[in-house]
Amino acid sequence: MATTTTSPTQFAFLLRILHWLMAACLLAMLFIGVSMVTSVGNYHQLLAIHRPLGISILILALIRLVTRLMNRTPALPPTVPPSERMIMKLSEFAMYALFIALPLIGWAMLSAGNYPIVMFGSVHLPPILAPQPMLYATLRKTHTILAYALFLAFLAHMSGVLFHTWIVRDHFLSRMLPWTVRAKGRRAGEI
Amino acid sequence: MTESEANQGFGAPPPLPMGAVIARLAGIGLLVVVIAGLFLYVGGWLTPHALTPAALVDTFEHINGVQSGFRRNHAKGVCVTGYFESNGQGATLSRAQVFQQGRVPVVGRFALAGGQPFAADTSHDVRSLALLFKTADGEEWRTGMINIPVFPVNKPQDFHDFLVATSPDPKTGKVDGAAVGAFLSKHPETAAALKILGSGTPTSGFSDSSYYGLNAFRFVNAKGEDTPVRWWINPDLTAAPPSVETTDKNYLFDQVIAQIHSGPLRWHLIVIVGQPGDPTAEAASMWPADRQQIDVGTVTISTVESEDTSPTRDINFDPLVLPDGIRASDDPLLSTRSAAYSQSLTRRDGERKIPSAISTAEVQK
Ligand code: HEM
Ligand code: HEM
Ligand code: HEM
Repeated sequence: MATTTTSPTQFAFLLRILHWLMAACLLAMLFIGVSMVTSVGNYHQLLAIHRPLGISILILALIRLVTRLMNRTPALPPTVPPSERMIMKLSEFAMYALFIALPLIGWAMLSAGNYPIVMFGSVHLPPILAPQPMLYATLRKTHTILAYALFLAFLAHMSGVLFHTWIVRDHFLSRMLPWTVRAKGRRAGEI
Repeated sequence: MTESEANQGFGAPPPLPMGAVIARLAGIGLLVVVIAGLFLYVGGWLTPHALTPAALVDTFEHINGVQSGFRRNHAKGVCVTGYFESNGQGATLSRAQVFQQGRVPVVGRFALAGGQPFAADTSHDVRSLALLFKTADGEEWRTGMINIPVFPVNKPQDFHDFLVATSPDPKTGKVDGAAVGAFLSKHPETAAALKILGSGTPTSGFSDSSYYGLNAFRFVNAKGEDTPVRWWINPDLTAAPPSVETTDKNYLFDQVIAQIHSGPLRWHLIVIVGQPGDPTAEAASMWPADRQQIDVGTVTISTVESEDTSPTRDINFDPLVLPDGIRASDDPLLSTRSAAYSQSLTRRDGERKIPSAISTAEVQK
């Protein structure tokens, strides 16, 4: 990553907005997901929210991926040692992979299970796989495992950010805050 | 971030005192524990005795054993195809394309209630017909109907408890009369439903049975008006008394297979129109007999195929797969069925398939 003085101190505005919007949607999806599959009375209504919200996340995730690739990211501060940089990169990559894969698997598993993929009213998505019972069962399990993995990744990510912000106190959170934070006397890119 | 913090210069400010580090670490730990705890709570891990879709399906498995690859209920069945000819009479109540005048392809499945795929047919088994209507606009309507005019229970928990109370003890093979009695004394609606069911006699087979959707739904028309409805299908054949049970373990299936081979079977699809105030969350009771009944068209069943080869085996006749124009009512059994059928599908789809009792050879007889 470039450490020139022109390096931005925050992520691109759109990325910051998408980060918090998607964080809220993803957490909602995780909670809706686990509660609907254990609820008899609310299953149907929760699933009716789960499907279109999940597909919205897929669309946001693709926009986010493109924005991320098109914009420079702020250089990491020196308070992040190289070993931690590795972990950070990996976890960022994993979270992108998960929030793109999860809705795709949801869509694919409903296709393999021979369900109509209802968004709302008469709006449906086309199936992306032919009906295949074994594949449905496998994808259904994968959907669960990856959703739990995303939840764990989120807990680790949040703990890491808060560790830096509250204990190392390197203003880590401000890199992602939606409003502009001017780092007086401290520029993330400067060492 | 405060101004003074921001002004601390490059990188990190001087380290925090140990006490503050511990307090802040504890804060992060607490946040993680609270969020994870909430997640576990919402996901039901902290309430292991709650009634979940998995618990319902476990109950079927407990009673019937795990029958690899088969539906956990209505396990013994045969697949059919045909079509629905709509006469257009339903269109004033529902905007779904299926009620526009015209012909819609249908796939379906005849089955006997219960989770035993190889049990011998008996005349008092509950018979079912599940149908899937697929319209040209890509919408689907799936419905599972049974040949009794009322359901024994109204609520999900009652379904579970009734199932447990009326199932034979695996050791003695007998139903515990005291348990049934105890259930009935707490559930007058079940006692009343059983009285209605006891007063009817079964017909000769699948082909001359009426099948009832039982749960209430809501039809929504083009103007957005919604009407509570229930539906049932009425056979063209006149009901004949039960045939004598033979040594043929599959006599009910063999009979309907032979009938389909000799000519298509027909039912009229009848929509019962509810009035404001008619209960929509009580599958155990009927609406008053004077409610308007609209004949919206005929269902014709013309071909029959074994589950071993039919793709219909892998279809979940989830009663809440509905086209725009039909909605769920407030009946809690609907969401429960949807959730339990999904659980049943997930389990059976992932299992090794064992040939059905109604084999390809049986269907060709
Ligand atoms: C970011 C997106 C998504 C997340 C985080 C997510 C999360 C979850 C979770 C946590 C569960 C419960 C798993 C379990 O405990 O077994 C679940 C189940 C499910 N999800 Fe998703 N999901 C996402 C997207 C989707 C999409 C796009 C669809 C469909 C279009 C979908 C369809 C389903 C279905 C059908 C179930 C299972 C219902 C059942 O077994 O009866 N999901 N999801
Ligand atoms: C489900 C919830 C969340 C997900 C999936 C998520 C995902 C991500 C991802 C993928 C990045 C990499 C930057 C990008 O390309 O957007 C990121 C960065 C960041 N996130 Fe989150 N996040 C979540 C919740 C949170 C929360 C709760 C916080 C605050 C405590 C937070 C604070 C940050 C910060 C400060 C960064 C910038 C890190 C850096 O400088 O590289 N995130 N997040
Ligand atoms: C809460 C109550 C109920 C529970 C827990 C329940 C459970 C089940 C289960 C687990 C299956 C197997 C699904 C599959 O693997 O595809 C099934 C099938 C079926 N159920 Fe129910 N059921 C309930 C109420 C009803 C009611 C009220 C009706 C009738 C109106 C009904 C009619 C059917 C039919 C027709 C099938 C067979 C569908 C087919 O042939 O695939 N069930 N039920």
